[in-house]
Amino acid sequence: MSAPAITNVPVVQEPTAIQGSFLHDTWAIFVREVMLILRDPFSLVFSLMQPLIFLGLFAPLLTGSMGSMFGDAGSTADTLQWFVPGVIVMICLFGTTMSGSNLLFELMTGSYERLLATPLSRTALLTGRSLKEFAPLVLQGLLIVLLCLPFGFKMYPAHLFVGLLLLGIFGIGVGALSISLALASKNREWLFWTIQQSLMFPLLILSGMMLPLESGPGWMQVAAKFNPLTYIVDAERDLLSGTFGSSNVLWGAVAAVATCVIGMIVGIRATKRTI
Amino acid sequence: MLHARGLTRTFRRGKEVVEAVKGIDFDVSKGELVAFLGPNGAGKSTTLRMLTSLLMPTAGTVEVAGWDVVKHPRQVRTRIGYIGQGNGAGHSYRVLDELHNQGRFYQLPAAEYRRRATDLIEALDLGGLEKRTVQSLSGGQRRRLDVAMGLMNHPSLLFLDEPTTGLDPQSRANLWEHISTMRKEFDMTLVLTTHYLDEADQMAERVIIIDHGQIIADATPDTLKRDHADDLITLSVESDAVSEAGIADALRDVVGQLEVTVRDNNTALVQLSTDDGPQWLPRAIESLRVASLPVVSADVKQASLDDVFLNLTGRSLREDAAAGIGQDGGTSAATASEGAAA
Repeated sequence: MSAPAITNVPVVQEPTAIQGSFLHDTWAIFVREVMLILRDPFSLVFSLMQPLIFLGLFAPLLTGSMGSMFGDAGSTADTLQWFVPGVIVMICLFGTTMSGSNLLFELMTGSYERLLATPLSRTALLTGRSLKEFAPLVLQGLLIVLLCLPFGFKMYPAHLFVGLLLLGIFGIGVGALSISLALASKNREWLFWTIQQSLMFPLLILSGMMLPLESGPGWMQVAAKFNPLTYIVDAERDLLSGTFGSSNVLWGAVAAVATCVIGMIVGIRATKRTI
Repeated sequence: MLHARGLTRTFRRGKEVVEAVKGIDFDVSKGELVAFLGPNGAGKSTTLRMLTSLLMPTAGTVEVAGWDVVKHPRQVRTRIGYIGQGNGAGHSYRVLDELHNQGRFYQLPAAEYRRRATDLIEALDLGGLEKRTVQSLSGGQRRRLDVAMGLMNHPSLLFLDEPTTGLDPQSRANLWEHISTMRKEFDMTLVLTTHYLDEADQMAERVIIIDHGQIIADATPDTLKRDHADDLITLSVESDAVSEAGIADALRDVVGQLEVTVRDNNTALVQLSTDDGPQWLPRAIESLRVASLPVVSADVKQASLDDVFLNLTGRSLREDAAAGIGQDGGTSAATASEGAAA
């Protein structure tokens, strides 16, 4: 079917173009994401159930079996001081690796397409979603710490603040990677869950989050050195015990920032590929 | 309002290259209601996704509301409304929140998007549902919310991708009523895709029939039916002297293609394909009566868009829909392609 050449096409009026605003768009997406939590704040509390179960059932076992590590008896307070940072990192890992699953659902139902049909910056679609990971992480971490205070956990507020900040930066990166995985797994949800589950537990165990790796075989200790989570866990342990100036904190900061940068680069590329 | 030239989209699936849309040309003028009609996989949704900047063309140009879709997608998105096949609202969100979110996405001032949301909730009969979550709405309510979301930026051009698919007849009629009202209120141009023949016939002012990624017809529903299909008059004649020659002679002045089947000595079935059945029916009955060949029963089947499609392609749209022909093309091809698209 032939058609005449285009005639009477309006001249493109550049001056009237609506300019994009990356910051505005990031904020708009962030507000939409956070709105779900604000409308249903108990979802934050319910998502703490799993870490609380670990804390309630695993910490007493540690107290008994790790006596030598914390002195002869191995007090509950000492165990919590060692275990709580790991639990906070666990919350971060569980929460942020799941952020892609929300996107998968939106891809399936059509609401992500609705976002793509708006003038929102494609980069902001990623940054807004990833930044949303920060606030709940910090709140949940704080909540766990407060819950442990009556059991002898000693809180250093300034150190805790830096620890949660570090965790938030790491969480933004992991969230972005999870979103990238969801975009790559469109129409193949099994791919997302297979990779997410296959990666999460080895990363968790090989970080020394649950049990100290010092008593593990040599290959595990070598593998742990290639796991960014190891550095985050070590940094959180130092920070939540009131230490600022250790090399562990420095390496933890490097791991958090590196994960964040890599996650954002990969995530922005993946998001732009969806038009 | 919309100009497409040589619009092409190919997808790579493994080693195979699928040409979903093959260099189509068309224009849409301001105020028109244009429907893309075709079977599943014909290329309707792929075309719509290219027009709305959700999918970049492999070749060709497309200008929407004065802006090149490839070069200025953000400007196009600002000026159009899009209602996709799925539900645009997030399932866990509240109705009012999602409308306000849309307002923020289009950089509207808070007072303005609140006012627009309130107006649209009233206009689209969503009152009382503001605090309900999207997942608790009925199918019809969700679709009306999709329309409201698509209108938050007061677009001059609204695209709807199979807007009524999955709705019951009552909800379909209700949605169309609302869309028609909104169209008048916003003075909008509408471009939609559908595989419902009756919807295209009754609602569209112009139908573009698309098959295998190509436009095979483009005109008003009446013109398409007049040019590409005939009405069918069926008459039953009873007389002692019934004969094929006698009937043909009696109907010599009636324009159309005649087929007479004499069943026995005194009955015959007369089928007359003609361009205007209702006009020719009384004349045919009268001509036969004058020739002492009385008609005992009569029926007119007016041409449908399915007849048009059948005559143009040799296939029936209804059969295609039932068999799910081409399910791997169009929409799903668009979906499969996104990784490679950009």
